[in-house]
Amino acid sequence: MSSTAHQDLNRGENSPHLDIQNLKTAIFGPLSLQLAKGECVSIRGKSGAGKSIFLRAIVDLDLNEGRIVLDSVERAAIPAFEWRRKIALLPAESGWWADQVGEHFERAEKACELFKSLGLPSDVLNWQVRRLSTGEKQRLAIARALSFEPEILLLDEPTAALDPQATGFVEEIMRQQLAFGISIILVTHDAVQAKRMASRSFLLEKHSLVEDKGEKLT
Amino acid sequence: MSSYISLSYFDVALASTFIVLNGLISIAFKLGLAKKLLFVSLRMVAQLLLVGLLLNWIFALSSPWLTGLVALAMGLFAGREIRARQERRLTGIWGYSIGTGAMMFSGILVAVVALTTQIQPDPWWSPRFALPLFGMILGNTMTGVALALDTLAMTVDRERTAIEARLLLGMTRWQAMRPFVQQSLRSGFMPIINAMAAMGIVSLPGMMTGQILSGVDPQEAVKYQVLIMLLIGGATGLGVIGATLASTFRLTDNRHRLRLDMLVVK
Repeated sequence: MSSTAHQDLNRGENSPHLDIQNLKTAIFGPLSLQLAKGECVSIRGKSGAGKSIFLRAIVDLDLNEGRIVLDSVERAAIPAFEWRRKIALLPAESGWWADQVGEHFERAEKACELFKSLGLPSDVLNWQVRRLSTGEKQRLAIARALSFEPEILLLDEPTAALDPQATGFVEEIMRQQLAFGISIILVTHDAVQAKRMASRSFLLEKHSLVEDKGEKLT
Repeated sequence: MSSYISLSYFDVALASTFIVLNGLISIAFKLGLAKKLLFVSLRMVAQLLLVGLLLNWIFALSSPWLTGLVALAMGLFAGREIRARQERRLTGIWGYSIGTGAMMFSGILVAVVALTTQIQPDPWWSPRFALPLFGMILGNTMTGVALALDTLAMTVDRERTAIEARLLLGMTRWQAMRPFVQQSLRSGFMPIINAMAAMGIVSLPGMMTGQILSGVDPQEAVKYQVLIMLLIGGATGLGVIGATLASTFRLTDNRHRLRLDMLVVK
């Protein structure tokens, strides 16, 4: 997809892939944001600015107001669990509830295809969760979320716990997903990563989104 | 057939010999238990004497309204105990009403069915039968419900990340909560399952022992005990399930969110 195509979509000549209108929670908003198909948008901001809450509000995990439309499907029109199958949020801390890694994978085959490109061994499903490192958990959580083939990915600091090599794996997977037409909102502290991955960058400050044209990059 | 031996108050006083002995040992070795032991012994005697008088009075009056009122008071008191056992509980009226409601509902249901179809005293609400039966059912249901609700609130609070991970993967609130609901149910069922498993082997239940001591044929006492245990097990189960599911419903919402803001710490 060429960058001019992006521009056209952004200008709203076609309906956006994801259209967030006046999203509001107890601590921020109203915020609006449109994503084109296959676009990656980054959001940076101080800790506590509400970046994670913003992502949680999109998937309706916290109380919020606002209208969100994904490919002409209204969020309010479908049950929240169906909405979350379409829009996958990967929180900064991944959640585990059983002893063995494999018990957390409903679509193990789909996830296994991703293990190699994430730098995970193929027998990882037989491992014990309590012996995983934070970075391994994070990569497994990515594979788990992608195994459901969502249309939108909301990534909250996906590489914060990863070494440069693993970060490279994850960014490569993100590029692949973008090429498939998956759109991504990437919350990151890393301005360089934001610039590397995103076609548009935003700062979340004073409870609103400000487009970051690049001059503030430090 | 009746070999009931009536006790004199002197006999009862004599039974305190060993408690007094304990007190003396405590004083001699400075164990600090004497005062406490004296206090709880006197308190127990006073409580039971009062209950004896109260029961005499209630049995003599034999009024359905009074019987109902006493049963209600027992239920509300047990409900307060459930609430007091919760480290974290639901906000507002829910913290009291879910546990109390589930316990009362299952307790009354089971007691009324047992009285009208199995034990069948005349009249069916006769306080001599209804109140002890309801008391036994209530006491056990109370323990089960308190344990289940405490486990649920504690688990949900601790496992927030895991529950939300399940919700984020597209599970409904019931699917997402299932392992944690199961854990709470297990806790709630544990005492009654233990009691049933140990019955007659590890322990001879108090009621059956009491009946045998007061001259009832052991065979008859066993029948009564089996009936009571089945009723208690049934009521505890219903109460535990009802309270756990109602709390799970309250801890989530119709947009399938986990609502920890519905919990307050004691």
